[in-house]
Amino acid sequence: MARDEAVRDLVDRLELPFNSLGIDPYGISKRHLRVFFGALAFFYRHYFRVKAVGLEHVPKRGRAMLVGNHSGGYAIDGAMVITSMLLEMEPPRLAQGMAEKFINQLPIGSVWSSRCGQLTGLPEHAERLLMDDRLLMVFPEGARGTAKLYKERHSLVDFGTGFVRLALKTRSPIVPLGFVGGGEAVPTVANSSALGRLVGVPYVPITPYGLAAPLPARLCVHYGEPLVFEGTGDEEDSVIVGYVEQVKARIAQLIEAARADRSGS
Amino acid sequence: MKVLVIGVGGALARLVALKLRGAGHSVIGLDRRPWWDAPKDIPVHEVDLRKRAAEDVFRRERPDCVVHMATVNALSASGEERARINMGGTRAVFEHSVAHGVQHIIFVGRHTYYGATADAPLYHTEHEPPSGIGHFPELADLVAADLYAANMLWREPSLTTTVLRLVYTLGPSKTGTLSSFLRGKRVPMVMGFDPLFQFLEEDDAARGIELAVEKRPRGIFNVCGPSPVPLGTIARETGRTVVPVPEPVLVRLLGHLGFPSLPRGALDHIKFPIVVDGAAYRAATGFVHGTDEVEALRRYRRISPV
Repeated sequence: MARDEAVRDLVDRLELPFNSLGIDPYGISKRHLRVFFGALAFFYRHYFRVKAVGLEHVPKRGRAMLVGNHSGGYAIDGAMVITSMLLEMEPPRLAQGMAEKFINQLPIGSVWSSRCGQLTGLPEHAERLLMDDRLLMVFPEGARGTAKLYKERHSLVDFGTGFVRLALKTRSPIVPLGFVGGGEAVPTVANSSALGRLVGVPYVPITPYGLAAPLPARLCVHYGEPLVFEGTGDEEDSVIVGYVEQVKARIAQLIEAARADRSGS
Repeated sequence: MKVLVIGVGGALARLVALKLRGAGHSVIGLDRRPWWDAPKDIPVHEVDLRKRAAEDVFRRERPDCVVHMATVNALSASGEERARINMGGTRAVFEHSVAHGVQHIIFVGRHTYYGATADAPLYHTEHEPPSGIGHFPELADLVAADLYAANMLWREPSLTTTVLRLVYTLGPSKTGTLSSFLRGKRVPMVMGFDPLFQFLEEDDAARGIELAVEKRPRGIFNVCGPSPVPLGTIARETGRTVVPVPEPVLVRLLGHLGFPSLPRGALDHIKFPIVVDGAAYRAATGFVHGTDEVEALRRYRRISPV
């Protein structure tokens, strides 16, 4: 089967309530997904040669949160995690990330992010997607995570706590993931807010070769066993922070495992 | 039950009146506009809602239920006129209803109450405040009328008030915001944007309003049906050609070369979606749409070819 036909077949096998026009209730469009994943599959298989380990830990159906570290100066990590869910899961799943708010204001960016299921990062969207038994992708480090410099590439910055409250409220399992290689693909030495303002994004990563174009570094992602916490989401901060630290510690372990895997392969 | 349909000159209101009549209710109409071919058993009072004669209709007819559909959405009306009709008219409907023993009043508002903004949630629930008025102040009178109707829930607890926020409609009358947008062969869109639009086939929309009369739900409800569809897909599926125009150019074209004269804020409604969650209304009334989005578009293509 030719590669683009494979992607077409995988998109057709997504277990989402598409209507006969190929559009689901969130506006996700099969036509856009085919183009989107057609391009991402090339980067996944040939450019970054992504290795995904532990996919059996991701539920085949039902609500779940993929929670991981940021790796790379922009959303390479998220794009490859999403692609791994389509190309490597059986049945294929669509992971839905929370896009930065500015994306919905940009021409073209607005259309493609929403047609591919990457809704604006709002608590209402995250909760609704989980209640609809979707697969949500969350990076609790936020923009500070993508702004990590090359020398900080294996570190974790502070995590937000909202994702744990959401998991408790919606009774969703958290699937931790460790992603490595993004720092080598986009070796950021500085971040330019001034350039970012010019093009309408928070910042532009500066690399030793100037451009923020990614190098063909090998990427590796390890998925861990789901973490399930009991509660309502209305617990004291001290309780929530304890759960967050557990998730963070597990992600740190997965990063180390992925680093060893990447350097040994 | 005796039901007074206000704004019965409008296409959707006529459909509601006919459905209520078909369900065995005694129906009366009120509008400044005539309904030439109204059935003989639906008396239509051609009076201005804000004039004394309108109150006489309430006094004489003493309806049990009032369906208020006499709000103006069209931006072609002047702001002052819209405010007079939407605010003054709504106030008159509620005051006459309270004074003359009406038990149930249904205010039929629009889902555009929520506003179209880049950072709003995709599915609006009834708990959300209006947003987007800052960008589109011309909507303020409709929002104010909605809020005025909603506050009757606590101001007049003896009156059962139902506030409906109805999505766009599409159907044989070829009237309404979405139909106006699809009037020509070419549909201008803001380049790089393609918002989801939510609509009900006209017959379903009328049935949704009829259900409010039957079930008398008290509160504020979004009324919607099938899944939303991108505007570009709506245009293509109804046989139109999408013409993407860069926003700075489109702003300059408004009011010229056949483009409608619209306030700049109106462009947000063809850039960002307004989609509502209708779960509360479904739970309260059992409302289920009969025509899905694909069939509604196919039908519209047949009845409104270009």
